[in-house]
Amino acid sequence: MTSAEHGHGGEMPRRDFLMVATGTVAVVGAAAAVWPLVDSMNPASDTLALASTEVDLAPIAEGQSITVQWRGKPVFVRYRTADEIKQARDIDATTLPDPKRDEERAQNPKWLVLVGVCTHLGCIPLGQRSAEPRGDFGGWFCPCHGSHYDTSGRIRKGPAPENLQVPAYTFLNDTKIRIG
Amino acid sequence: MSNMQLKNPILRWIEYRLPIFSFLDDSLGSNYPAPKNLNYWWNFGSLAGIALVLQIVTGIVLAMHYVPHVDYAFDSVERIMREVNYGWFLRYLHANGAALFFLVVYVHVFRGLYYGSYKYPREILWWLGIVIMVLMMATAFMGYVLPWGQMSYWAATVITNLFTALPWVGVNITEWLWGGFTVGNPTLNRFFSLHYVLPFAIVGVVFLHLWALHQHKSNNPLGIDIKGPQDTIPFHPYYTYKDLAGLGVFLLVLAAFVFYSPNYMGHPDNYIPANPLQTPAHIVPEWYFLPFYAILRAIPSKLGGVIAMAASIFVLFLLPWIDTSRVRSTKFRPVYRYFFWFLVIDVIVLGIVGAKPPEGIWILVGRLATLYYFVHFIIIMPFVGWFERPLPVPDSIHKPVLVSAGAAAVEAQR
Ligand code: HEM
Ligand code: FES
Repeated sequence: MTSAEHGHGGEMPRRDFLMVATGTVAVVGAAAAVWPLVDSMNPASDTLALASTEVDLAPIAEGQSITVQWRGKPVFVRYRTADEIKQARDIDATTLPDPKRDEERAQNPKWLVLVGVCTHLGCIPLGQRSAEPRGDFGGWFCPCHGSHYDTSGRIRKGPAPENLQVPAYTFLNDTKIRIG
Repeated sequence: MSNMQLKNPILRWIEYRLPIFSFLDDSLGSNYPAPKNLNYWWNFGSLAGIALVLQIVTGIVLAMHYVPHVDYAFDSVERIMREVNYGWFLRYLHANGAALFFLVVYVHVFRGLYYGSYKYPREILWWLGIVIMVLMMATAFMGYVLPWGQMSYWAATVITNLFTALPWVGVNITEWLWGGFTVGNPTLNRFFSLHYVLPFAIVGVVFLHLWALHQHKSNNPLGIDIKGPQDTIPFHPYYTYKDLAGLGVFLLVLAAFVFYSPNYMGHPDNYIPANPLQTPAHIVPEWYFLPFYAILRAIPSKLGGVIAMAASIFVLFLLPWIDTSRVRSTKFRPVYRYFFWFLVIDVIVLGIVGAKPPEGIWILVGRLATLYYFVHFIIIMPFVGWFERPLPVPDSIHKPVLVSAGAAAVEAQR
């Protein structure tokens, strides 16, 4: 009895091992074959290549904003007035929903560069043109679900969780920046 | 198996090799027994199936003229409207058909809620129905993006941005969905691909849904089991003709929209080509998404709103356990009966709130209605089922039918 069981016991684990091993290889192989399908949906090389935009600041007057496109997104470039800079800097940043000091957000206090996409669900906030509402904090106002941004593009009120993003940019000279 | 007696020798020849006629007869013919007491609320299942076929047929023809590219999509839809023979008719059928499809499915779901059709032994049938509803939502959302108008573009932006709420991987997933850094041409292309194929996936799930249905047959207004042949009538001709009558009404309503007010349920902004640099002043989803949109906006946190919206559908999967009542049909539930109608009103209120800008009183109303929605499922349903004493339930389906028929006969003799 015991010896007969033993004889079978010697066979079965071997078969089980082969089954598990084959199954594992099949699953890993199938997963590896699915990855190209999934990854093909990520941004393609030519989409990634459109990565930088240059902006000439000379034509922008004080208190004026322009909108340029970078990676298909609007980027706000604003020549801030002294008053706006003061408003942005005179506040205790630690009390804000997304606490960041204006000094960390503007390389040159006069120039504010922001990705003009509401961090809530991606609408474009109003406030670029003088006739548009600029919200309770004098910056931008997103009409979709009511987010208010201040003169540093920081979220102050409404459902957006974060400040308007500051893209990576460099000053090429006094009147030219490159975004990206 | 049906013991079909086919007279026509050609049909008999086919049946012998491929028993398709007996299959149909067993599935929706004279050999499929259905409860004899089904009311008009049972029309909406077959109507939903017909609406699906209508979407597929009009969609396939539209796809012959539509161009899925950001530079051509809007113009190709305008060309369908102005140049393609009967193009306006096809497009209006497809757009209004989608809206009525949702109306029909929502009635179908509330029918299931009222008569306890999600309870034992129909749990899987119910789940498959919810899966169909979710697939429909995905399909209609992607279809709405295709004309590439302002509402298309911004609906796509706002809805895909919901995924950025997920911690850590949110942005990666969203850019993966877009195939870029914003909604753009890659997004439009894949949405077209998926919009074409998902309806066929829905057809597949509908087959599973019907398979599960046929296992235990239809529920009925009394919510009691079929006890024997005296409780049923053959599906054909009784319910086939009843369903055809319902179809006639459906087609009248569809025709009224298509011919007299084809843009009634649409938004004028979608006749403005998509502009990635300008959000319309007031973006609203199609009416059939409004209650969910209201729940999304009711929670003052981005991730919280997304979770609440997902939960509002997920909770439906749990109904078989949430509902503790001993009887299926709300007809015999003196207390729950009121709460059912409160839920209907609540969902309508959510729909109204979803259409309003999120200001003033609407914020409060939206929050209360959202709260009530979840209170209904999580607290009221289990609790009422537990303490409520149901009214006496008839022993069998044919008894009350015979009794009321007898009473009517007596009434007529007087
Ligand atoms: C579950 C079934 C379906 C639903 C709920 C649905 C829904 C929709 C919706 C809401 C639109 C936007 C209509 C508008 O405002 O213009 C649309 C557009 C479109 N659909 Fe579908 N659809 C379905 C099936 C299909 C199928 C199977 C195809 C193709 C094989 C298709 C092809 C199209 C095309 C080409 C458009 C763009 C033209 C247009 O805007 O009218 N649809 N669909
Ligand atoms: S997208 Fe700006 S508030 Fe929602």
